[in-house]
Amino acid sequence: MADIFAYVPHKVGVVEDIAYEYPDAAAKIDTGAAVTAIVTGTGADLDKACETLTGYYKEVIKVDQAELSYPNAEIIRKVLVNIVPAGAIVLAPHDTFGMDLAPGLSVKMDAGYAADIVDIEGTDGSDLKLVRQELGGAVSTHVTCDSSSGAVLTIRPGAFTPAEDASAGGSVTDKSGDAGDLSSKRTFVEVVEAEVGDVDITKSDVLVSIGRGIEDEENIEVAQELADAMGAVVSCSRPIVDAKWLEKSRQVGTSGQTVKPKVYLAMGISGSFQHMGGVKGNPFIVAVNKNAKAPIFQVADVGIVEDILDFMPELTEAIEDL
Amino acid sequence: MEILVCVKRVPDTAENEFELNSDGNDLDRDDLVYSVNEWDNYAVEEAIQIVDDKGGNVTVVTVGDDESEEVLRREMAMGANNGVLLSDDAFEGADGKGIAGILKAEIESGKYDLILTGAQADEGAGQVGGMLAAMLDLPYASLVNKIEVIDDSKISVGREIEGGNQEMNEIELPCVLSIQTGINEPRYVGIRGIRKVASVEIPVKGASDLGVDPAVVGADGAKTKRVDYFVPELGDGAEMLEGSTEEIIEKLIEKLKAKGGL
Ligand SMILES: Cc1cc2nc3c(=O)[nH]c(=O)nc-3n(C[C@H](O)[C@H](O)[C@H](O)COP(=O)(O)OP(=O)(O)OC[C@H]3O[C@@H](n4cnc5c(N)ncnc54)[C@H](O)[C@@H]3O)c2cc1C
Repeated sequence: MADIFAYVPHKVGVVEDIAYEYPDAAAKIDTGAAVTAIVTGTGADLDKACETLTGYYKEVIKVDQAELSYPNAEIIRKVLVNIVPAGAIVLAPHDTFGMDLAPGLSVKMDAGYAADIVDIEGTDGSDLKLVRQELGGAVSTHVTCDSSSGAVLTIRPGAFTPAEDASAGGSVTDKSGDAGDLSSKRTFVEVVEAEVGDVDITKSDVLVSIGRGIEDEENIEVAQELADAMGAVVSCSRPIVDAKWLEKSRQVGTSGQTVKPKVYLAMGISGSFQHMGGVKGNPFIVAVNKNAKAPIFQVADVGIVEDILDFMPELTEAIEDL
Repeated sequence: MEILVCVKRVPDTAENEFELNSDGNDLDRDDLVYSVNEWDNYAVEEAIQIVDDKGGNVTVVTVGDDESEEVLRREMAMGANNGVLLSDDAFEGADGKGIAGILKAEIESGKYDLILTGAQADEGAGQVGGMLAAMLDLPYASLVNKIEVIDDSKISVGREIEGGNQEMNEIELPCVLSIQTGINEPRYVGIRGIRKVASVEIPVKGASDLGVDPAVVGADGAKTKRVDYFVPELGDGAEMLEGSTEEIIEKLIEKLKAKGGL
């Protein structure tokens, strides 16, 4: 099988968790494959990231250039095309960076492409046997990706088992000189931090979280009444914020807040990985959904098939009567 | 500004309960409700707003079958000026690169300043925009949640990144952007609006019109292939509470008390 190269993003030298998950993904392609981490950036931050990575990878390639101090996918794509040998398999995270980088990389490498991989079942000749999901997690699919001229895969964060043993004792190869042309028609300007809202959902032990199942802005009151009765706070999924029914600071998920409550009530939420990616600390999850097949029931502790608009007021009343 | 928006007809996740067919290898598609991909409505709305402000035209394009025409009409009812349907039996089985290759041919037959796609569609891959940009050698930004036109040659775009933060960039035109939900509030389309565009001619182009090779963009050229659909067995799943609503609430309250929810 081809060699595997794993692109590792980092923030000021702290590598992202996906770095620990790539080795499991690579082993599921081929237990014997050589896996090389690639990390880009500049100065002490980059060296710190390399130091961490040598614990988990035998070989680490670093590319140190001032232009790479912020991870602009347009530039990093060019670097990878220069550094990764033809025919290799490249792993990237399926997140806001990987989605920016990887599809175009597969075109430039003339390689196969498969996104958001949740499991890998080995190979069949040059075909990689992959598992992914469609329709917001409602169904899974087996997919093959022909890697005979290389492949680019984006890996879902959290889907593979993180490596714990940091004893790889790897070495770092400096390929800064091979980076090539670092110009770009897209220039990074700044990061604007998310606005802080009036309610901090991350501080609450109990969240009543509403999704598209709430159907109408006026119905949010019903959830607020339940939250009041429970001494909880109302949070939500993304469509509620997109519709401007609640502030962005109430959104749970990868592009919203990460919460660690004791109890999480998911009301009319389907359970997409971007939403559940913001629910951490193993809370007790109660899901109420009118669709018995909703993916949320695979991750919840307790499931109830009901219409939330009928169920929430009755639950509120019962709690108030306690 | 001449803007092209790539759209897709998809099964509506809010309207369907997905079941496998009797062979267990595909969705049971008989009674599925389809609509335009959620992300695409935001892309079309953004394009219309830019053109309202700066002048120009919005063209919507899709690769699909005859039934995909309805999503083009819907987006034209929103305010897109033109629609183009790219359709050919030879496109069946195309993977993301195949679709991008078909779109590329159409884009090269016109002259566009800005090409938009939704950030992702039903397959959740989010791949076509980035592939298209690479094939056209144009700059790309994904997950765009803000656009401001600076002048004829560049725009400012915000990208959504983790934690709800926004990454601001300047990007040269022409470029390809994938649009994230929440960038605007897509306008409502009523029956009346759809009726108005019901008789507008929508050109249909096939492989030979576009000059694309079916062996490259169709099933034969696809490196990525879906083998089947399945429903995974994920651990034990939730303990489902059953009975009358009253009984369910009683059981739930006991559990909430035990777990610190009350
Ligand atoms: C890059 C990226 C980042 C993202 N970040 C986030 C994020 O941070 N947070 C987030 O939440 N999403 C995020 N998303 C969006 C995510 O993919 C899903 O689209 C979203 O989470 C769906 O929200 P939902 O579950 O409320 O809606 P849906 O998926 O539409 O689910 C609604 C559910 O409600 C049920 N329902 C409907 N009516 C009722 C009723 N009356 N009673 C009971 N049940 C009912 C339905 O059966 C369905 O299961 C992101 C997407 C992308 C591409």
